[in-house]
Amino acid sequence: MIAALLLVRSTSADVLPDNRADVFWSKYSGGGMDITGYSATARAKITENFAVEANYFIDKVSGASVDVLSQASVIKDERKQKSGTLEYLHDKTTYTASYTSSVERDYISETASFSLSQDMFGDLTTVTLGFANTHNTVGINSGTANKPDIQWLGHALTRAYSGGVSQIITKNFIAGVNLQVITDAGYLANPYREIRYLDPTKTIGYTLANQVYPDTHTSTAVQVQGKYYLPYRAAITALYRYYNDTWGVIGNTYELDYTHPIRNRWIFEGRVRYYKQNAASFYSDLFPFVDSQNFTARDQNLAALNNTTVGAKVTYAFLPDGWKVFKRGTVTFDASRIRFNYQDFRNIKNFGVAQGFSPGSEPLYNFNANVFQVFVSVYF
Amino acid sequence: MRCRQIVMLGAAVGTMLLAGACSVQPWVKPYERDRLADPIMAWDRDAISSAYLDHIRESREGSRGATGGAGGGCGCN
Amino acid sequence: MRSTSSLLKRCAMAAIVVASTAFAAGGDASGPAPSFTLTTLAGQPSGLSAYKGQVVMVNFWATWCGPCQQEMPLLDQMYKKYKPAGFTLIGVNVDKDAPPVKQLLERKPVSFPVLLDPANQVSKAYHVDEMPSSVIIDRKGQIRYIHRGYKPGDENDYQDRIRQLIRE
Repeated sequence: MIAALLLVRSTSADVLPDNRADVFWSKYSGGGMDITGYSATARAKITENFAVEANYFIDKVSGASVDVLSQASVIKDERKQKSGTLEYLHDKTTYTASYTSSVERDYISETASFSLSQDMFGDLTTVTLGFANTHNTVGINSGTANKPDIQWLGHALTRAYSGGVSQIITKNFIAGVNLQVITDAGYLANPYREIRYLDPTKTIGYTLANQVYPDTHTSTAVQVQGKYYLPYRAAITALYRYYNDTWGVIGNTYELDYTHPIRNRWIFEGRVRYYKQNAASFYSDLFPFVDSQNFTARDQNLAALNNTTVGAKVTYAFLPDGWKVFKRGTVTFDASRIRFNYQDFRNIKNFGVAQGFSPGSEPLYNFNANVFQVFVSVYF
Repeated sequence: MRCRQIVMLGAAVGTMLLAGACSVQPWVKPYERDRLADPIMAWDRDAISSAYLDHIRESREGSRGATGGAGGGCGCN
Repeated sequence: MRSTSSLLKRCAMAAIVVASTAFAAGGDASGPAPSFTLTTLAGQPSGLSAYKGQVVMVNFWATWCGPCQQEMPLLDQMYKKYKPAGFTLIGVNVDKDAPPVKQLLERKPVSFPVLLDPANQVSKAYHVDEMPSSVIIDRKGQIRYIHRGYKPGDENDYQDRIRQLIRE
């Protein structure tokens, strides 16, 4: 539901990347949700200095997440995303402009972004600057999955400012640092999530109520990363990202990747990622009474949580040296398993007074998610 | 007063670095970039896949931003 | 404070001058071409001295360099065209290992001589600061022109220079 704001994922600004087309299938299942995605992307150079890229992505969601599980209703939805990008290379500078539109029946997100990437100092240093502007329209489906009734609740405007420096340190080692400041304003809550407050007049012991979010949010994230070439032809990557925002969330991300190719045919990759955050200042799993604070949230994304991901990726080149107009063809399988643990978000779908748990003592929620991706890529 | 001193010190250090940097030559030559040009040394070989994983994380975590990387490669023109 | 700002100004000017010269794809150059002896893929020694009296283009390339590969077939055509008029093209390969070079040339052969410079001695001697680089040397052994990088259309530039030097 949330449009991702990314730093431009480009490589060096010396030549534009090769022409490429990908067909992509993905599956996420975890926490009661099943999301299948299909995508097609193509990029081509119109001239040596000018390239275009187009992407179409469709996500089909079914199931019910834990919060909706607790409110007992089923989700079935579809998200369609289209994006177009233009890239222009002049000397050692690459200019990129892109537009993305993501549409679900209760959420529309449109992003326009621009970035500039400059190679300097003998092509050892690359400096990137970017700006993205997103407009979201947020609604809620008050009907059912098969008979929807959409109420539009508000708009949100997001501005993202990014800067990055990438530096070649030695023949074997490249390092980088990224900074991104994002500020949003408007309707920022997830309308499907609700808070609960203690209510002795109710059998279950609590009453549900709407979240009240601030109408502004500013965040800062800094990521440092390094990639090292091991002598027997392999690469190891390490990254650390520090995040904090005006809602009191501090997040730390640690990731380690290992890439091992076998000649021209195979590339094996393994990754481990650990993420930890504390809760937002206005978050609580159970508020003491109605209107106890100006801002209230019980969105699990704002809870104190940690997650651990273990992933593996295999790429096989079925056309290692090309064939006719194709320079290379590969097929890739990527699988990850993510374990989510919440320190202050309780599972109130399966546990309550009926099972002998008073409000606030239900077991903490945790779940495992499996993510699969399969894609075929051709370079031409 | 302390703030002003810190800014002056920062400007002095910055100037020295800049003056020093002007006389430093690129230490990895273009003909030494074979390893950096290897596809396994790209920050991101498959942008669609990374974008998808980022989207999954951002939808379930309170953090966002600063992902991705640029630069490296063969440095050819 | 005054000396700091003037130092900054001088440094900025130097940076701009360096940057602007770095952006030029090709430039007139001068000086004697450093002589060298390298081996071919077959292991035979060869060098610049073997082509004394001819117009020589020394092209520095690598198997991992995309633009280098793009220009190879065009260099081959150019070599065949001007060879009878006293022109030679030497491909100096900078790969660390010979097997990928051999594989590439088996799939996409060229007729001009290819010499291997795995220790980068010749690249250093010629101050190669861009990949690919083409150094054009006249009949007297003087460097006349250095072309940095390759973009489609640059081969016309090469041909103009070569024709000019052949006529000398």
